[in-house]
Amino acid sequence: MEIRTEFHKRLRQIQDEILVMGSMVSKAILRSIDALKNRDLELARQIIAEDKKINQKRFEIEESCVELIATQQPMAGDLRTIIAVLNIVTELERIGDHAEGIARIAIMIGDEPPLKPLIDIPRMAEQAVDMLHLSLDAFINHDAEAARKISAEDDTIDQLYDQVFRELLTFMLEDPRTITRATRLIWVAHNLERSADRVTNICERVVFIVTGKMEEIGASKY
Amino acid sequence: MSINLNVPDISARPVEKCVTKLKTEQVSLFYGSFQALRNITLDIPSRCITAIIGPSGCGKSSLLRLFNRMNDLIPGAKVEGNVELDGIPIYDARIDVADLRKRVGMVFQKPNPFPMSVFENVAYGPRRHGIKNRGQLEEIVEKSLRQAALWDEVKDNLGQSGLALSGGQQQRLCIARVLAVEPEVILMDEPCSALDPVATLKIEDLMRNLSQTYTIIIVTHNMQQAARVSDMTAFLMIEPDRAGVLVEYGPTAQIFTNPKDRRTEDYITGRFG
Repeated sequence: MEIRTEFHKRLRQIQDEILVMGSMVSKAILRSIDALKNRDLELARQIIAEDKKINQKRFEIEESCVELIATQQPMAGDLRTIIAVLNIVTELERIGDHAEGIARIAIMIGDEPPLKPLIDIPRMAEQAVDMLHLSLDAFINHDAEAARKISAEDDTIDQLYDQVFRELLTFMLEDPRTITRATRLIWVAHNLERSADRVTNICERVVFIVTGKMEEIGASKY
Repeated sequence: MSINLNVPDISARPVEKCVTKLKTEQVSLFYGSFQALRNITLDIPSRCITAIIGPSGCGKSSLLRLFNRMNDLIPGAKVEGNVELDGIPIYDARIDVADLRKRVGMVFQKPNPFPMSVFENVAYGPRRHGIKNRGQLEEIVEKSLRQAALWDEVKDNLGQSGLALSGGQQQRLCIARVLAVEPEVILMDEPCSALDPVATLKIEDLMRNLSQTYTIIIVTHNMQQAARVSDMTAFLMIEPDRAGVLVEYGPTAQIFTNPKDRRTEDYITGRFG
């Protein structure tokens, strides 16, 4: 017989809120790449404004966690879940900041002529968002095995990042007039690479919820 | 022939912290035909606080009372298996139970001072053990009241009745009364359940201090209390035939953050009651 129904209901609500925040963040990443691809400065400004909502959501979830700790004295798996949530919201908030960073770069690029069609950068973004969704599934399902597997995908992102870097370097070597535009695209790729690393951190927290062990999984090359 | 359990002042003994002080091996306890405990095996470390938690009726208090043979007072009680204090089997027929209870003192749920003065409450035990010298008794009373963190509150009126003190003070008086006979182990059966939160925190603080010198075992319904004060935690549960069994025993930090047994997890997170 479950006896702490009210407490466990509130804990489930917090976990649902993580999914809401995760969806806000993944949307921000994908839209920031759209803004970059389509030279949509209005969309870029909107992403920057909406990052405040992501930050606000993070504070709300943190406050709910603090309140549950103070009033309910969670133990064992419940305690680990709440501690993990406090870490996960920070990671999500930072991924939101990376999306905002990409939107700011899109504004900086403005209507400069495109250096090249964007192929690998959107692919990196899709891969990072895919990893994020899988990590939140693993969080909800308390699936440590899935979490460990997801972090392995970070290698693919690192490879794409290498590829983007090499390609842009070639542009810059061939024609120094491209340096500004190429550097800006490297910043975009870097934001995406960092986002994927933060997903790996989320995966580590899922492993902690399930096993109680703090372990580093799949350390990034960068 | 009686086995001599008396040892000199324990503070003089080179007892290492956390060596085994009390031990039960495959202990079962019966009240008539009813089995209250089944096959309990655990090592209680010296100079640590061990908490026993579990749902009502799981045998927590019965387990606690095994350690100073308080169950002997219940008609029909029978103990199987081995219980040792410093390696000596305490259910051996040659054991002097009064001696054992001097070494293993007990504090109860409800403060139960004797209807006499604060001084006489604390001096009662040493007097019974033959100390008559007034100066020596005064020394013991002051030392015990200081150890129980009560001295400053009562030193100006040691003649007042123990019953005139507040609940929290009465409980500390009872702890001082136990300390006066220089025990090695203190058993506490829900020592704070009749106290307000401030008095409770005072007793918990006192327990932490006392654990530097004494081995303490506490039974508590309050899981947060077990988590706050103890070094080791034992979780007991009731089997379908209502016998108490030990489900998990380990360091408190581990039990409350990452218990190994699903049943412990379910109990401490409130998923069953």
